[in-house]
Amino acid sequence: MKFLVCISNVPDTTTKIAFTPDNKEFNKAGVQFVINPWDEYALTRAIELKEAQGGGTVTVLNVGEADTEPNIRKALAIGADDAIRVNAHPKDAFFVAQQIASVAKEGAYDVILMGKESIDYNGFQVHGMVGELLGIPTVAPAMKLDMSGNTATLEREIEGGKEIVEVNTPFVASCQQPMCEPRIPNMRGIMTARTKPLKVVEPTGDAPRTAVFEYALPPKKQGVKLIPAENAGELIKLLRNEAKVI
Amino acid sequence: MSVLVVVECDGGEVKKSSLEVASYGSQVAQMLGATATAVAVGEATEANLAQLGEQGITKVLYDAEPRLKDFVNGAYTKLIAAAAQKEDSKIIVLANSNIGASVGSRLSVRLQASLATNVVELPKTDGGNFVVKRGAFSGKAFADVKLEGERKIIAVKKNSIEALHEAGKTAQVESFSAQLTDADFADAPKQVVMQDQAGGILLPEADKVVSGGRGMKGPENWSLIEDLAKAIGAATACSKPVSDVDWRPHHEHVGQTGITVSPNLYIACGISGAIQHLAGVNSSKVIVVINKDPEAPFFKAADYGIVGDVFDVLPKLTQAVKELG
Ligand SMILES: Cc1cc2nc3c(=O)[nH]c(=O)nc-3n(C[C@H](O)[C@H](O)[C@H](O)COP(=O)(O)OP(=O)(O)OC[C@H]3O[C@@H](n4cnc5c(N)ncnc54)[C@H](O)[C@@H]3O)c2cc1C
Repeated sequence: MKFLVCISNVPDTTTKIAFTPDNKEFNKAGVQFVINPWDEYALTRAIELKEAQGGGTVTVLNVGEADTEPNIRKALAIGADDAIRVNAHPKDAFFVAQQIASVAKEGAYDVILMGKESIDYNGFQVHGMVGELLGIPTVAPAMKLDMSGNTATLEREIEGGKEIVEVNTPFVASCQQPMCEPRIPNMRGIMTARTKPLKVVEPTGDAPRTAVFEYALPPKKQGVKLIPAENAGELIKLLRNEAKVI
Repeated sequence: MSVLVVVECDGGEVKKSSLEVASYGSQVAQMLGATATAVAVGEATEANLAQLGEQGITKVLYDAEPRLKDFVNGAYTKLIAAAAQKEDSKIIVLANSNIGASVGSRLSVRLQASLATNVVELPKTDGGNFVVKRGAFSGKAFADVKLEGERKIIAVKKNSIEALHEAGKTAQVESFSAQLTDADFADAPKQVVMQDQAGGILLPEADKVVSGGRGMKGPENWSLIEDLAKAIGAATACSKPVSDVDWRPHHEHVGQTGITVSPNLYIACGISGAIQHLAGVNSSKVIVVINKDPEAPFFKAADYGIVGDVFDVLPKLTQAVKELG
C-alpha cells in the first residue's frame, strides 16, 4: 500500500502573531516553524499502518519553498520513507490542492492523508478539493482509521457524534485526534533521515482563487474585571446586566 | 441569480448554525439585489423549513430521499451543485461545520468557485472586490480575503452572525430531486453513533459553554460544572488533560487539538489558559475565568474573573442564577 502524507510548515503554536507593516504578510522574523500538529496524526497513523501491513511506503509531500526542508527531514526521521517538495509558496488552499492531486495522480497512491486543517490558515478545505480533483471519496475529519486489504474503516466526527464510514482505496482522509499518539523522531531516525530521498518538483495547475488582502489582530481585551470570591454571585448580575449574555 | 444557502437539519429541526447561515445569505442577497433560496439537507419537516422565511429565505428546495438523512459527502455535493445550477446561484453560503467544510471544498472544485471558510462578517463589495473577513492563526488574527471569479462559496463560522427573526414570514418549500444514484452514496455511513450531550446542548453549536480543567480534581466533581451549565442553558466542555485521563469524553475537549468553539459566553473553571487551550476558545465573545491562582495566564484573555477556589465559587454562581429566576 502506498501512503501519501501531506504536511504543512506552520509557525509553532506558541508564536506571538505579527504581520509586516503593511499587514499584507505574516512576519516570519524569529519564528520557529513546525510540522502542522494535525498533520502529525496523519503521518504517524500512516507509518503505523505500513508497519502493521509489513510492507508498503509512506511518502511525505510538502508544498513549500526550500526553507521547509528541515521539517520534511523531521517527517523522514519520524519514519516516512521518502519525500517530495513542490517548490512553490503555498498561495491558497486551491493552489495547494492542485499540487497534491497532481503528485497523487503521478504516483498512484492508495491512501492520501493530511491533518484536519493547518493551524496558521485554518482552511479545512484541502482534503475535499483533493478528493474532488481526483474523483475519489474524502472522509473529514477522521478520528480513527483502520485498513483491511483495500477497504478502510474510518470514524468521522459529526457535530454531536460520529459516523462509521467504509471506503475503498484510493481515498483522502483529513485526520485529527484521537487517531494515534504522534511520534517524535529518535536518534536512529534522525541519522537515517539524512540519506532518504527528497525530490523537488515544480508546481503545476491554475492560478489561486483567493488572495489575502490584509491581516489584522483582534481588538485588545479591555482587561479583566475581577469580582471578589466572597461576592461570586455578583458575577451573574454583571453577565446579565452588563455583558448581556445570560 | 439567487444566493443559495445550505441548511443543515437534524431530527427534523434546522440547526442553529444554519439559521445564522440563512440570515447571512439573505443579507448578502439583499446587498446584491437578489433573492435567497435554501437547499436543505438532513432530516427536515416542511413546517420547520417554511419557518426559514423568518431568516429572509424565500424558497427552500428539499429532497426527501431517506438516505440523505445522514451526511453523505458524495450525495450532498451533487444535490447542492444541482440546486446551484437550477437557481443560477453565483454565491453559496454554508456553515463552517464538518459537513459544510467537507461539502464546500468539493463544491468549490466542481463549480470552479473560490472558497472562504471560517468567515466571521458579511462581505464588503467596494471597488469591484468581494472581500470577506475570516479567522486565522487559530483565533489569534483575522484575514480579509478577496474571492476571485464569478462563483463564490462562503462558510460562516458559528456564533459570528446574529440570526434574523422576522416573525410571521414563511418560505415556500419545494420538493427537489437531484437524480441521485447508488454511486453517490458510496461514502454513506455504516453506522451513526450520537454522544450523550449534557442537557441536550451540542458543544459545537452552543452559545454558552461551562468548561472544567485539571483544577476540578476529578470526574466526581463534574456535577458542579453540570449544575451551572444546566442553570444557564450551557453545554459542558473540558481541557485536554481532563479528556486524556478520561474524566470526560474526548468530544468535550476544546482547544487546538480539540473542538474550536466561539460561544457568546465561555466560563473556564480550574483551567490554566495554556496557549493550546486558548486557541480553541479565544474567539468567544465573553470569557469568564475562575482560578485560585491569580497568575494563571487565562486571566489575561478574560473579560471577567474570580480569583478563588472552584469548589467554593461554582455553587455560589449556580445559586445566584437560581435567585435571578
Ligand atoms: C501539541 C499540543 C496540543 C495541545 N492541545 C490542547 C488542547 O486542544 N486543549 C487543551 O486544553 N490543552 C491542549 N494542550 C495542553 C495544554 O498545553 C495544557 O497542558 C492544558 O490546557 C492544561 O490544562 P488545565 O489548564 O486543565 O490543567 P493545568 O495546567 O494543570 O491547570 C489547572 C489550573 O487549575 C487551577 N486550579 C487548581 N485547583 C483549583 C481550584 N480548587 N480552584 C480553582 N482553580 C484551581 C490551577 O491554578 C491551574 O491554573 C496541548 C499541548 C500540546 C503540546
